[in-house]
Amino acid sequence: MTEASDLIANDILFDWLLRRGDTALVLGHRVSEWCGHAPALEEDIALANVALDLIGQARLWLSYAGEVEGKGRGENELAFLRDAWDFRNLLLAEQPNGDFGQTLMRQFLIEAYDLPLLRALERSADERIAAIAAKAGKETAYHLDRSSDLVIRLGDGTSESHARMQSALDTLWPFSGEMFCGDGVDDAMSDAGLAPKPESLKPAWTETVEAVLAEATLTRPQSDFAHSGGLSGRHTEHLGHLLAQMQFLQRAYPGATW
Amino acid sequence: MQVATETVWQWLSEVSDPEIPVLSLTDLGVIRDVRWEADTLVVTVTPTYTGCPATAVINLDIETKLRACGIDELRLEQKLSPPWTTDWLSEEGREKLRQYGIAPPVERKSGDKAEAGRISRLTGRAGLVIACPRCGSENTEKISQFGSTPCKAAYRCRSCLEPFDYFKCH
Repeated sequence: MTEASDLIANDILFDWLLRRGDTALVLGHRVSEWCGHAPALEEDIALANVALDLIGQARLWLSYAGEVEGKGRGENELAFLRDAWDFRNLLLAEQPNGDFGQTLMRQFLIEAYDLPLLRALERSADERIAAIAAKAGKETAYHLDRSSDLVIRLGDGTSESHARMQSALDTLWPFSGEMFCGDGVDDAMSDAGLAPKPESLKPAWTETVEAVLAEATLTRPQSDFAHSGGLSGRHTEHLGHLLAQMQFLQRAYPGATW
Repeated sequence: MQVATETVWQWLSEVSDPEIPVLSLTDLGVIRDVRWEADTLVVTVTPTYTGCPATAVINLDIETKLRACGIDELRLEQKLSPPWTTDWLSEEGREKLRQYGIAPPVERKSGDKAEAGRISRLTGRAGLVIACPRCGSENTEKISQFGSTPCKAAYRCRSCLEPFDYFKCH
């Protein structure tokens, strides 16, 4: 059985696993904020279910990260007892929910990236990464169906829904480029046969995004300017507020369990 | 006490899924392996969905059942790969679902697996035909991609007008 620890330094693998786990966790928490607030009961349930899947995926990645780190931290310590600068999530994931359209657009842009990423990770030289990716990939394919469907329905909907979707796209677009900014961690993972280079995922992402945006009658922004920093711990002001809420209980009552 | 693994499978077939009580854990296909390692019984379980809230309850129910049957040395292992699929639902399980009022999973049409087909499918042009579990009518429509649990979608029958859950293909 091939293990990643034979192929790559633990600190690099740890960092990379945090990127997967933190992005799923932060996005999952954001989506869970809709619970009880969505525009229809079915949407409320759907968003809660998507959030559950994301948090489930985060648990798998973060548990693995904790084992690789070898300092006795598990999924809970990594989720609830790190501060913003230790988080390695995409900036796009931590952007506020905005309206329903903005939430869906954020979801769509990330899922269109996650699906080819997870498909590629199924071929990872590390069996555990491959297994998590195969599991998460099935769920992500399903989530992408839903987010694409709603982006199309709302984009190609009323003038009000169209305007809101276009505005969401314009707002979030500058955060999407970060998904394709590979660095030394990605290079090392790729050289070891553990993960694809992020740049290699851009054609698949672009194809999905352009097809859905066209059907949704939305206009792709021209600028390719990309905010970055989330993957190395430099976040927007929104993450601290999110963590303040997400981590409150564990910080106020250390070790609390149900 | 070291009993035959067939006996353990039989015991586990008496444990219900916590969310769909007409299904047993063996109907659901989540028990992947039962084996003895020296004096320890090892049961391998695959989660249906990573975020399924029932996973912890399922593990607890397995442990409770086996301890009640006299197994002292017990270990549960989680196995992610290959990922669980609705193909693992037993035939008996599918029929139990239908009688319970939940439409069992329908296989996707051939050629629909390609990701290029995804976008045309989601716009409804190649939608699945889900028969109403109550009246059998195929004149049904999807209300929401997610239903009362992560594994189900909400549908409505246009013939008998009843809403129903569809155990979606995964």
